Amino acid sequence: MAKFTLPANSVVKPGKTFKCSTGSKNIKKVTVYRFEPETGENPRTDTYEVDMDDCGPMILDILIKIKNEIDPTLSFRRSCREGICGSCSMNINGSNTLACTKAVDDYKGDLKIYPLPHMPVVKDLVADLTNFYAQYASVKPWMQSDTPPPPDRERLQSKEDREKLEGLEECILCACCSTSCPSYWWNSDRYLGPATLLQAYRWIADSRDEATGERLDELEDPFKLYRCHTIMNCTNTCPKGLNPAKAIAEIKKLIVERRG
Amino acid sequence: MANVERPLSPHLQIYKWPLAMAISILHRITGVALAIGAVIMVAIFVAVASDPACYEWIRGVLASKIGKIFLFLWTIGLFLHLFNGIRHLFWDAGYGFEKSTTTKSGIWVLIATFALSIAVWGVAYYCTNV
Repeated sequence: MAKFTLPANSVVKPGKTFKCSTGSKNIKKVTVYRFEPETGENPRTDTYEVDMDDCGPMILDILIKIKNEIDPTLSFRRSCREGICGSCSMNINGSNTLACTKAVDDYKGDLKIYPLPHMPVVKDLVADLTNFYAQYASVKPWMQSDTPPPPDRERLQSKEDREKLEGLEECILCACCSTSCPSYWWNSDRYLGPATLLQAYRWIADSRDEATGERLDELEDPFKLYRCHTIMNCTNTCPKGLNPAKAIAEIKKLIVERRG
Repeated sequence: MANVERPLSPHLQIYKWPLAMAISILHRITGVALAIGAVIMVAIFVAVASDPACYEWIRGVLASKIGKIFLFLWTIGLFLHLFNGIRHLFWDAGYGFEKSTTTKSGIWVLIATFALSIAVWGVAYYCTNV
């Protein structure tokens, strides 16, 4: 049974406020989820007043400014700052997205930043993705083929076959979709979640892969695949504009079709 | 580092509900409500089959103000479940997954639900008052 409330050790308490001292009129109030494992205390939310006259345009710029100039104890993941590494995925004003590709101007008023929802928190905005990666590994996300490649060249693919991978191979595994999905919140121990299922379909749809049957066998399971109830949060939140819900529907269709 | 248990990050507490998520949850709630409604429908049939006094009693309960409110809610539940069920059939066939399409189809489900619910009750009132 799904538990809709937070466990006692996870209830968020009010935290500190860091006033801006620059005297600027262009202030953004940014509330950030904080958890410090060393203290043994519950998570809290700290509020930072950020001078936007001296800050870059993206949410990630705000976080870096806070860490550099206001509070160096803040932890978050980031790397490429251009939406290709998937490190800075987090929940911003109620929706999961990448901090680096989301402009501050896309939001009116104050900002509220939380880690990816319903995940174990390592520290502050850093969620533990161990289970997420293990699920990804479980679908064998590589090409499987019994036929040896031609001796003199790589395995070729027609333009039409390559087009079938559009909207699938762009996935950066940021986990925004999986952690937006209520089914994944309640059943992440057994439901694979939208990101992993989209990746599974990426290999099912690949004309060079010869393990389609085995892949579908693996997925034909009341929990792994069929906890998807087309809630559509995954597609609505994907920062890359991909459509995991449609990929999952295609897997379901293939399983029905092969029954004949 | 102290060996502390990792807290669970907030989920329902902070997530902003897209329309599709709200309708999805309503679909579940109306499913449960309709199952309860089906039991009451059986109770009506049993009352009709048993004796007039029993039927009068259950008619009285359902025709009361509270009874009517519940019946109206069940009407809404029935149409919402029906129209959203049709939406699910399209999804199962692989259609209507684009973001703009799901929002539009969700709005149409809500419009059709309220329009049909009000129409049914309008007709019912018209027929009983003639």
